[in-house]
Amino acid sequence: MNNNKYLREELLRQSGVNPKKCMKCGKCTATCPAFDEMEYHPHQFVSMVESGDIEPLLKSESLYKCLSCFACIDRCPRGVEPAKLVEAVRLSVIRKQGGNRLSADDVPSLLDEDVPQQLLVSAFRKYSK
Amino acid sequence: MQRVGVFVCWCGSNIAGTVDVKAVAEALKNEPGVVFSTDYQYMCSQAGQDMIINAVKEHNLTGIVVCSCSPRMHEATFRKTAAAAGLNPYMVEIANIREQCSWVHKDMALGTEKAIILGKAAVAKVNLNAPLTPGQSPVTKRALVIGGGIAGIQTALDIADAGFEVDIVEKKPTIGGKMAQLDKTFPTLDCAACILTPKMVDVAQNDKIRIFSYSEVAEVKGFVGNFDVTIKKNARYVKEDICTGCGACVEKCPMKKNPNEFNLGMDNRPAIYIPFAQAVPKVATIDPNACNMLKNGKCGVCARICTAGAIDYTQKDEYIEEKYGAIVVATGFNPISMDKFDEFAYNQSKDVITSLEFERLTNAAGPTAGHLERPSDGRSPKTIVFVQCVGSRCDACAEKGKEYCSKICCMYTAKHAMLVRDKYPETEVYVFYIDVRTPGKNFDEFYRRAVEEYGVKYVKGMVGKVVPEGDKLKVQASDLLANKQLHIDADLVVLAAAIEPDKSARPLATMLTASMDTNDFFTEAHPKLRPVESPTAGVFLSGACQGPKDIPETVSQASAAAAKVIGLLAKDKLTGNPCIAHSDELMCNGCSSCANVCPYGAITYEDKEFRMPDRTTKVRRVASVNPAVCQGCGACTVACPSGAMDLKGFANLQIMAEVDAICK
Amino acid sequence: MQVNEYKPLIVAFCCNWCSYAGADLAGNNRLAYPADVKIIRVPCSCRVNPTFILRAFQRGADGVIICGCHPGDCHYTSGNYYTRRRMAALFSMLDFLGIEKERTRLEWVSAAEGAKFAATMNDFVQTVASLGENKRLEDLRCKK
Repeated sequence: MNNNKYLREELLRQSGVNPKKCMKCGKCTATCPAFDEMEYHPHQFVSMVESGDIEPLLKSESLYKCLSCFACIDRCPRGVEPAKLVEAVRLSVIRKQGGNRLSADDVPSLLDEDVPQQLLVSAFRKYSK
Repeated sequence: MQRVGVFVCWCGSNIAGTVDVKAVAEALKNEPGVVFSTDYQYMCSQAGQDMIINAVKEHNLTGIVVCSCSPRMHEATFRKTAAAAGLNPYMVEIANIREQCSWVHKDMALGTEKAIILGKAAVAKVNLNAPLTPGQSPVTKRALVIGGGIAGIQTALDIADAGFEVDIVEKKPTIGGKMAQLDKTFPTLDCAACILTPKMVDVAQNDKIRIFSYSEVAEVKGFVGNFDVTIKKNARYVKEDICTGCGACVEKCPMKKNPNEFNLGMDNRPAIYIPFAQAVPKVATIDPNACNMLKNGKCGVCARICTAGAIDYTQKDEYIEEKYGAIVVATGFNPISMDKFDEFAYNQSKDVITSLEFERLTNAAGPTAGHLERPSDGRSPKTIVFVQCVGSRCDACAEKGKEYCSKICCMYTAKHAMLVRDKYPETEVYVFYIDVRTPGKNFDEFYRRAVEEYGVKYVKGMVGKVVPEGDKLKVQASDLLANKQLHIDADLVVLAAAIEPDKSARPLATMLTASMDTNDFFTEAHPKLRPVESPTAGVFLSGACQGPKDIPETVSQASAAAAKVIGLLAKDKLTGNPCIAHSDELMCNGCSSCANVCPYGAITYEDKEFRMPDRTTKVRRVASVNPAVCQGCGACTVACPSGAMDLKGFANLQIMAEVDAICK
Repeated sequence: MQVNEYKPLIVAFCCNWCSYAGADLAGNNRLAYPADVKIIRVPCSCRVNPTFILRAFQRGADGVIICGCHPGDCHYTSGNYYTRRRMAALFSMLDFLGIEKERTRLEWVSAAEGAKFAATMNDFVQTVASLGENKRLEDLRCKK
């Protein structure tokens, strides 16, 4: 738990999110277009980071299912900004993996007709940090 | 220099147990100005008070120091004693050697030493005391109520009942306010009109009450007991005293397509209109922006049809000046605009409505005659989604919404849901909530009935977005307890919009110098103990202008405000607190620092002529404190850069003398 | 209660409506605090002119504490907000002059908080006592 305390503070510092402002209304999750894909939903990210229950999030596929569309940030009545927290958790995993990220040159070979524009934008957001 | 008498009380053993009272009396004998010093078992007893009176006469005392219990306990007693001895009551100072000395210290030596120092401080202060006389001002025995909703109506009726004259100023053409628009009221489900309209008739028939409808307050001058108010009576182009309210003009008016404010724009009204059947006063009003006659001089149908001859196209705004002793603010509330809440598609679909619009939709006198029909196509909805907390409880930094809980939404939504299920049992009703807040008599029972008896589906979670698709509204929402996302095809979405103070409240507060919070709700003189008074003397608060309230709470606050007004108007003269600020005109440079910090607006400026040493005169702007309004907090005395402002009874020199006595 | 023989001189300004009543309540409940605290009653904490505090330090006070109503509870609506701002400026200036920040304090004590009043005074006296005797402002002026 001590370890988590450090990680928790680091995540909050990086994201600039104050989870104590959350009033648990679930509007972020209600508005999330990737709800069906995600194991943990935006409101769960907020409450799990707050309680230090971060390990499951680090292992979860949800990190990569988030579209980074920021709808949750836009709709949150309390200004909690869950997407920034998701991003911080994601980065804490990705940064440890070294430089295994996609480069812009790799992208064209992966493209096919069905890839939506939004995925490209969010892929760059996720992988080119 | 005063001739000071010191009286040290034993308070039985309460003081004498830890403080050597004889030593205190002895030590204070040598203080400057002290000509007499003694001790006694119970100073507050009749014998003790007689002792003081005799000493005053015997030693020609001009100031009294009593070393005893807290001034909060017996200051008033000893002031009366001083008055009985022929002294000014404000020539008494108390040294608190019981609560703040003998009771909290165990050591006799330390306790005695401290008691002597406290006594010295009191002697030092009383040496600088000056006789004070509380100011008196007359009271105009008439009250003004601003706003004619249920709050204003109840306040006016209660004041009139006590025999005082009351004027109501209402900016709409009729009194009644928001309550007149409601259908049923929670938690008893009696119909709003059935309980409100008799009260409106009472107001109309009460000869102590005058109604200025379609009017506004234009200017307020003066202070408690003596307000001078200018009321602007907007031209309604109908002679109020002649119009019988028969409604013939309303029927014949050709300009029929104007949004009906009373039904929140859900249907239309003619250019000449009476807001609703039970309006008080029941008088027609012409909307100058819609009337063809007023716009281009063509028409005149209403004037021809009116058998009473009440129509007057040449009517002008009228300004009326009146005097009042007290002013009650009852400006009420409005739902906030839904323009910024795009996710709920309020501006995209007619079938997304606010709760107040829903009230009109289910009201038998409403645009659909009480039949629940979709505003878009008139079909009856099969699935209704209610969304709570729309714009309430938002973050302070968020661009939309309010920080506070609007308080009434949980209950009226439960009421709406229940009424729908009662009248149309085949309708599916969802309520999305964050918390259900039901702190009121029979409130939680009411909410439970909605769930258990009427089968309303309460879902813990928020609606994320509403998308109109075909003739349906696609509602995407979360069910947090089931950890599921719900997709509902709704026919009608009802938003429980947050409520905010009426827009007219802010300029009114400036006129009254009454303070407001950041949300434009009026602040009360004390949040717990003086909840219906504004910090500005003579201004009282009634209803939702002070904070979100339901009807029972509004009515009780309205009556409480009335009681306070009656208490004020029952006095012939107002006696003030003499410990108030005053400005030394020779030192004042008219900088306005004091007026800026005064919470009561008690400080004004006047141009005064001063004789200069070279015998010329010079006009300077100097501060002057209104003794009837000043409450004596002293904020101005510290703000004053030139030291002109001082507080009587707690003067700079007096407190400084206390500091010196303690730090000697 | 005393740390050593040295007795600090503490001047406390208490507003009439909350803190002075809180001090009375401490008395009613017999909650002891050192006799070094001498209370001056003012109508509102905003009546405390910074010059009073300067005067106290000039005349040899070791610590000055100002007590008012809690924010939002001021009898005069906004007086304690003025106090909070004024004292923030004054205390940092005093710190600059060599009167340690620990010797000045602003505390909110309501009429119901007798226990808080006593605890605050105990704590403040101990803090000031541990700092030792204060330099007089007038002495500061003379020293080069």
